[in-house]
Amino acid sequence: MNTEAHSSHDEHEDHGPAKGIKRWLFSTNHKDIGTMYLVLSLVMFFVGGAMAMIIRSELAIPGLQFVHPEFFNQMTTMHALIMVFGAVMPAFVGLANWMIPLMIGAPDMALPRMNNWSFWILPIAFGMLVSTLFMPGGAPAGGWTMYPPLVLQTGDAFPFLIFSVHLLGVSSIMGAINIIVTVINLRAPDMSLLKMPMFVWTWLITAYLLIAVMPVFAGAVTMLLTDQFFGTSFFLAAGGGDPVMFQHIFWFFGHPEVYIMILPAFGVVSEIIPTFARKKLFGHDSMVYAASCIAFLSFIVWAHHMFTVGMPLTGQLFFMFATMLIAIPTGVKIFNWVATMWRGAMTFETPMLFSLAFVFLFTIGGFSGLMLAVAPADVQYHDTYFVVAHFHYTLVPGSVFAIMAGAYYWLPKWTGHMYNEALGKVHFWASAIFVNLTFFPMHFLGLAGMPRRIPDYSTQFADFNTIASIGAFGFGLSQLLFVWVILTAKKGEKATDRVWEGSHGLEWTVPSPAPYHTFDTPPQARIANEAFE
Amino acid sequence: MIRNTILSLLGLSLAGAAKADWVLNMPMGITDLSLETYNLHMMVFWWCVAIGIVVFAVMIISLVRHRKSKGAEPATFSHSTTAEVIWTAIPVIILVLMAVPTAETMVKMEDSRNPDMSIVVTAYQWKWHYKYQDSNIEFYSSLARPSLEARRKQSGVDPYAVENYLREVDNPVVVPRGAKVRLLFTSNDVIHSWWVIDLAIKKDAIPGIVNEAWFLANEIGTYRGQCAELCGKDHGYMPIVVEVVEPEAYEAWVNSHDVEQ
Repeated sequence: MNTEAHSSHDEHEDHGPAKGIKRWLFSTNHKDIGTMYLVLSLVMFFVGGAMAMIIRSELAIPGLQFVHPEFFNQMTTMHALIMVFGAVMPAFVGLANWMIPLMIGAPDMALPRMNNWSFWILPIAFGMLVSTLFMPGGAPAGGWTMYPPLVLQTGDAFPFLIFSVHLLGVSSIMGAINIIVTVINLRAPDMSLLKMPMFVWTWLITAYLLIAVMPVFAGAVTMLLTDQFFGTSFFLAAGGGDPVMFQHIFWFFGHPEVYIMILPAFGVVSEIIPTFARKKLFGHDSMVYAASCIAFLSFIVWAHHMFTVGMPLTGQLFFMFATMLIAIPTGVKIFNWVATMWRGAMTFETPMLFSLAFVFLFTIGGFSGLMLAVAPADVQYHDTYFVVAHFHYTLVPGSVFAIMAGAYYWLPKWTGHMYNEALGKVHFWASAIFVNLTFFPMHFLGLAGMPRRIPDYSTQFADFNTIASIGAFGFGLSQLLFVWVILTAKKGEKATDRVWEGSHGLEWTVPSPAPYHTFDTPPQARIANEAFE
Repeated sequence: MIRNTILSLLGLSLAGAAKADWVLNMPMGITDLSLETYNLHMMVFWWCVAIGIVVFAVMIISLVRHRKSKGAEPATFSHSTTAEVIWTAIPVIILVLMAVPTAETMVKMEDSRNPDMSIVVTAYQWKWHYKYQDSNIEFYSSLARPSLEARRKQSGVDPYAVENYLREVDNPVVVPRGAKVRLLFTSNDVIHSWWVIDLAIKKDAIPGIVNEAWFLANEIGTYRGQCAELCGKDHGYMPIVVEVVEPEAYEAWVNSHDVEQ
């Protein structure tokens, strides 16, 4: 068996990637597919970002200057859908594709053809979604949460919205299955589950979350579809249905989805901080348990998004207490990162800077999350800019900074060259300053009473909105630097295999750039790790 | 007390640096429950500040002292059960301290028994309808005309020239001070949400469902809010104005309204 596998792999080494477009269309190589995911994610980041710029332009000063309210609502809806499903999620799947096989010593993902499919469904799904902008009635404008009955007022875009969500779900589920099978079956023989790197662990947990909730989401939007076209009344009061039921189902998906977007970020940061602190991750096992706790709790807190829908008191109390509990494992993670830094020997390369900003700013997002958990106060915060500030703190300096940290961290392994460190640092400082300038004033706006998703506002909200808009343009422009650093990465000096002085783990044992095929024979993880100590 | 002083000083210095009408914090409102809500908000806020100071201080000390450029040698520890038990237990205690007063307030908020009067609030795209259950008063309440004209795209009207731009209605809700007012919410089309921050009430108006909330205003005055749940293109243009008046003035208002109808 072993020798057979060996000889077939030797044949593979003779032919590298296919030529031209076929390499990408038919690729079953985890590195190529990872690259495609990451490129798609970057493109979508700019598409969604452009929509954010339209939103912030309109909101820069009071009065309606540029767009009509209908179009404004299309922008907020599409910005959210594209950033969540197009930018953040594919970026993490891309990192998983590239890095998980390298980190566990696997030759590729376990199901390479499904891997190809799960990527190529995405451009189709986003093609459908973006095309709705040009349809009669415009793009979906009922918010990414798609609450009925409002979402049923969508024009011709409606079925395209539903089917693109279906496709995104199919892609996510296939990606998740692939990751679970790869992690469970293809680890280096001496890598037990608790010896796995944190990034692999958090992704394993995330993959289970995806499999659990994506079908629920697909079911919810299918019920919207039949309500619209086939005369059912799942969510229509006039036919005996219940509009609030949709919100329960949606958030049963939606809250785990929040952790789907942050757990892999925890993983990335847990790889990077030990590298640049030159010290082992503090409390590896408790990090695993904390991530598992967060994943479990994510299933029983969904209705904290619905404290204003009129739930019974006992329901509100349950969801409030359960939500507060999440602070405990999240706190453990943050304390462990701080303990990892403590008495380390830190240096501050770009990946570390982004990771440190992640810890600082995600903690601020966590604090506002704790405030939101307090149900009576949530009545005041709910659907205001306070919430917008909260989730942008967790998603932008949270997930997005972690993705950027990961990109800078592994870029030398991908390209074989060191990127321009000075420009990377400029990119970091610009992003870190502008992200706060954009989102911090939104806390004040929300507390003062500005609801979210409005195209125009009373003059008392003007000053902070102007500041937020300036910050947003600055943040948007700073991201062009990121693209420049990536495009010029190949011009840098040659990277060593280990790349960073404090690197640890199997991915640093392969050459830089990583060859098209790696780990044709399973490595000894323990020996590889000892070599770094 | 000290907290409030510090906060107001902080608020003043920030506001003083720019314009006087910058609002940084949630208002205390005009009901007992809005004040309780504000106090809960501040309690959690100060807990967060305290935890933040500790965590960020440790992190910053580490960032300053434990750098390679200062010749720091990395320690080798990577585990401490004692530390981990401590930083799991302390948050549990803090959460219990936060949860108890919160639950008490929630019980009060949900107790809408024995109201002095009830108003049925029905939401429409994009206006509100109010029906006073104890009299035959009912009316629609929509965005006031000056705002309506100024809100159009490139209307040429300066929003600053319009008094209470987007937060003024043609027919405000009038309620007496000191009366327990029960609000019953429903909707005629999509989901809306009725929010007046000074009353600490935000409740969804949902088709096919009747939600309730209550308030007892302690101060007279005009209190403004707006729809808080995305309800279509004019979601930003359905404000709410509640006028709290002395009971005698309320009687007079009711009588004048009855004559009109």
